This record gives sequence, structure tokens and C-alpha cells, in this order.
Amino acid sequence: MKGLFALFMVLLAAAPAAAQPRLVTDMSQSRIDISHRFAGAELLIFGAIQYPGGRAPAEPPGIAVILRGPAGAITVREKERVAGIWINTQSTRFESAPGYYAVATTRPVDDLLDERNAAIYEIGLRNLQLSPTTAADAQMTSHFEQGLISLRQREGLFVEQPYGVQVTDKVLYRARLPIPSAVPVGNYQAEIYLIGNGEVRARSTAPVIIDKTGFERSIYVFAHEHSFLYGLSAVALALSMGALAGTLGKRRAP
Amino acid sequence: MDLYLPIAEMSVNALVIVALGGLVGFLSGMFGVGGGFLTTPLLIFYGIPPAIAVASSATQVTGSSVSGAMSYFRRGQVDLKMGAVLVAGGFVGSVIGSFLFRWLKSLGQIDVTIGLVYVLILGGVGSLMLKESLGSLKLMRSGAAPSRKARRQHPLVAALPLKMRFPRSGIYISLLAPLLVGAGVGVLTVIMGVGGGFIMVPAMLYLLGMAASVVVGTSLFQIVFVTAVATLLHASQSQTVDIPLAVLLLVGGVVGAQVGARAAQSLPPERLRLFLALLVLAVAIRLAIGLTWTPKELFSIQTALS
Repeated sequence: MKGLFALFMVLLAAAPAAAQPRLVTDMSQSRIDISHRFAGAELLIFGAIQYPGGRAPAEPPGIAVILRGPAGAITVREKERVAGIWINTQSTRFESAPGYYAVATTRPVDDLLDERNAAIYEIGLRNLQLSPTTAADAQMTSHFEQGLISLRQREGLFVEQPYGVQVTDKVLYRARLPIPSAVPVGNYQAEIYLIGNGEVRARSTAPVIIDKTGFERSIYVFAHEHSFLYGLSAVALALSMGALAGTLGKRRAP
Repeated sequence: MDLYLPIAEMSVNALVIVALGGLVGFLSGMFGVGGGFLTTPLLIFYGIPPAIAVASSATQVTGSSVSGAMSYFRRGQVDLKMGAVLVAGGFVGSVIGSFLFRWLKSLGQIDVTIGLVYVLILGGVGSLMLKESLGSLKLMRSGAAPSRKARRQHPLVAALPLKMRFPRSGIYISLLAPLLVGAGVGVLTVIMGVGGGFIMVPAMLYLLGMAASVVVGTSLFQIVFVTAVATLLHASQSQTVDIPLAVLLLVGGVVGAQVGARAAQSLPPERLRLFLALLVLAVAIRLAIGLTWTPKELFSIQTALS
């Protein structure tokens, strides 16, 4: 908190005379390491709003804090009962679905800004541009979008916190975003939007890296880059553990 | 104790996985089976992605079968010539199986196929075992000596060409028959993550007519090699072998197997077979329920095929 306060003082002193407000952002860590003890994490994103002339407007500011993971192509399938058994039947492919997406806002997204702006900046789970490619009617596509969003929400990979951003004195903001253990690795981006009168007033971004580290990383890299050798080591390990156990067991029970 | 699995990309409770391996090891030590048919479904129930459950379970079966195979080998109860033919068939089968696996994965039908194959095979083998063990228990009760049927090959097998002598197994049989048996088991090893002993042993006895004394040892010999190849194929084609997961399973499994083997000595074999039959049927019924009940999640996501 002391750091935050100091930051606040510096910002007040150095407030520029620009017409537009600015956002200053920092976070608890810009790199999240996945080690063998990793069971999820929480990222604290905080900062301050720099108003022109140092004067905050009368109404409370609207803030949206987003953490977005690497996007990739995915196929979403839906099960249907066929002859008594649940089988994947329909499927839709999305070209750019983020592997992780969390958004925290001061108020629900619908109250903050209109649909067009929300879609442009992809603020809110319903406003993600997933780029469906399978030729299907709009109703089907949105059915699969709903399915994808609710599934990822249950897995903790899509998060929406309508009142997740706290604003202090109309200047300082902070949000805590939960990251589950099944989070995909890669280059993430934190995006902070200042929203007023239904429009984006200012924007700031910061990179976040989520990557495996140490032993976990070595195993992953080994498995992907020298996959045959990796398979051989798995076999060798299994054989030696089994043989060792057999020998020990025999010694104990002759 | 949470442990992050680097390949499955999720955090699991290490103690639960060790306990799970221990339970499977106990049962496999008790009944003398590899236990892969229990590991894969249990891992899937726990939430491990099916492809990783299958691959890592194959690795675990390699480890849990090797000490058994070695001790049968020392006692001269492995027919190496027959074993080599079965292994050769198993290699062919596992390569076929890995292509089948990839094809089904791209269609999005791998999970339901694994489930269906399990239900059909475990249901079939379980009911046969139940019938057989109930029959022999009834015979024991009535005091009659169990009638031994003369060991002979299946007529279809006897008609095949390319005959060869296998002195250890005491048979003169077409080379194609054990090759086909090995290949069939190889396909199952790759798709189900099992050793396949529960299907190979009956096939050796009733299709090939092998001498009972070498059946279990030779089957274990084949399992060690074919599950090792299955591990290699999964590792190099789809990177689905999770070594930490397999090690956790093995730690539990090898301890459980010793305890189970000791527990088995106080139980009559007829009763053991009855328990095993009931266990196999229970797993089959649980999986059948999973296939037919309305699932919690109707949607599933597949990331782009690597």
C-alpha cells in the first residue's frame, strides 16, 4: 500500500496538461512460473488514472481490466444421444479462441459501454471475437459459442467479474484475477481501459508471461523436442522401477 | 499434496494418484493381472484427459509386468519362440492401433470409442469368467473332480497354413494364429492402455491350445515388449506420456502388488477368479453408465491437432 501511495503522490505532482486522461499500470508479477507446486495463482493488477490538470470528474470512472491468453484454433463438439449412447455429433471450429480470458469491471459491461465499443475492444465474454469458420447458421454458431464460454467458465479459464475492479478516490484502481492450475502457457497481455460516457477514454497494456519452469519445463521441452528419447526414458524408468520392486519384494519374502 | 503434471497440464493430488496406483497394484498382485484395465478408467474418472490416461497407463503396465515376467522366465515358464511371434504381431498391431487412435481423435470419437471398447471387452470377458468360476465353485461343492477338457486348437486355427513347431508350448500350429492374436492385443494396448493379459491368456488356452504352464509367463513377456512400444508410439506421435504421472502410479503399484500377492495366498484360486470376474464386470457396468447417462458437460473442446 505504501508503494501505491508513493505512486499516487508522484502522479499527482507530475500530472501533465494533456486533454485526455492517462492510465498507469503495474501488477503483482509480470511472470508466472508453473513449477511442480503450482496449483493456480492470483494476479493483482493495479494502477492510477492520471487526469488532465489533476482534477477528477464528478462521476466515478469506469474501468475494465482484462487478462488475455494466447489465442488459437479449437474445435467445439456437442454430444447427442445416439442409440442410447452419448456421442459427439455436431461440431464448430473457432479460429481465434483465447485459451484464457478474464475481465473485471467496475460495473457490468452492459452498463459501462455500448455493444459496438464492447465488440471493438473485446470487453466482456459475450463480446469475444472467436471467428467461427464452420459454415452454419447464426443460431447454431451462437449455440456453440455459449457452450464454449460456459464450459471454459466452469474450468476457470474464462472469468467475468462484474464488480471486480475497486476504485479508491476516483484515482487508484485494482483488480484480482484468478488463474487456475490448468492455464495454458504462453504470452499473455493485460489490458486496462478507462471508460466514460460509454466510450473508451484511455487504454494501457502490459505483457505477462506464463511459463513452466525448472523440472516441469525440462520435462515438457524434452517430451516435445526429443519425443522418441523421452519415450525411451519412460520405458527405461518403468522397467527399472518394476525390476527393483520385484527384487526387493523377493528379498523380503523369500 | 498438490503436484503439477507437466504433460497433462493440470494439478493433481499426488497422494490420491499413489493410492490409486496402490489399489490397482494390490488387485493386480492378488489376481495376477496387469491392471491396466483398471488404471485407465480410474484416471479418467479422476479427470486426467483420456489420451494421457491411456498412454501413461501403458507405461505403468510395462513396469508392473516386468518383475512377473522375469520370475516366470527364471522358472523356465516362458516360451521364447512363441513370445517372439506374439511380440512381432504386437508391434504390427500397435502401429495399426496408433493410426486408428489418431484417426478417431481427429473425428472427435476417441473418448466414446475407448469407453465402448472397454464396455464390450470387459463385459464379455467378465461374464465368461463369472460363468466359468461359478461352474467350478459348484463342482467343488458337489465334490466331483473338475473334468479337464483335452487341450486342442480351435478348428479354424488348425486350418491355417504356414505351420510351425513350438516345443515349449507343446503345439504344432500355423505361424499366422499367434501373429493375429499378438496384433489384436497390440491394437488394444495402444487404444486402451492395457497389457491385454485378460484377453491373451484365454486366447492362448482356447484358440491356440498352448500348455497351461507357459501361458501366463509368455503373456507377460509379450506385454512388457508391446506396452513399451505403445509408450514409444504415444510419446513420439502425440506426446501424451506423462512421466511424473506414470512414476506416481508405479510407486503405488509396486508396493500394492507385493501386498496383494501376499493376500492372495490365503484365498482359494476359484474364489479369487470369482472376485476378479465381479470386479471386471463392475468396471464394465460403471463405464456403461457413463456412456448412457446424460453427461454433465455436453460440450467438449479440442485444441488444434499438433
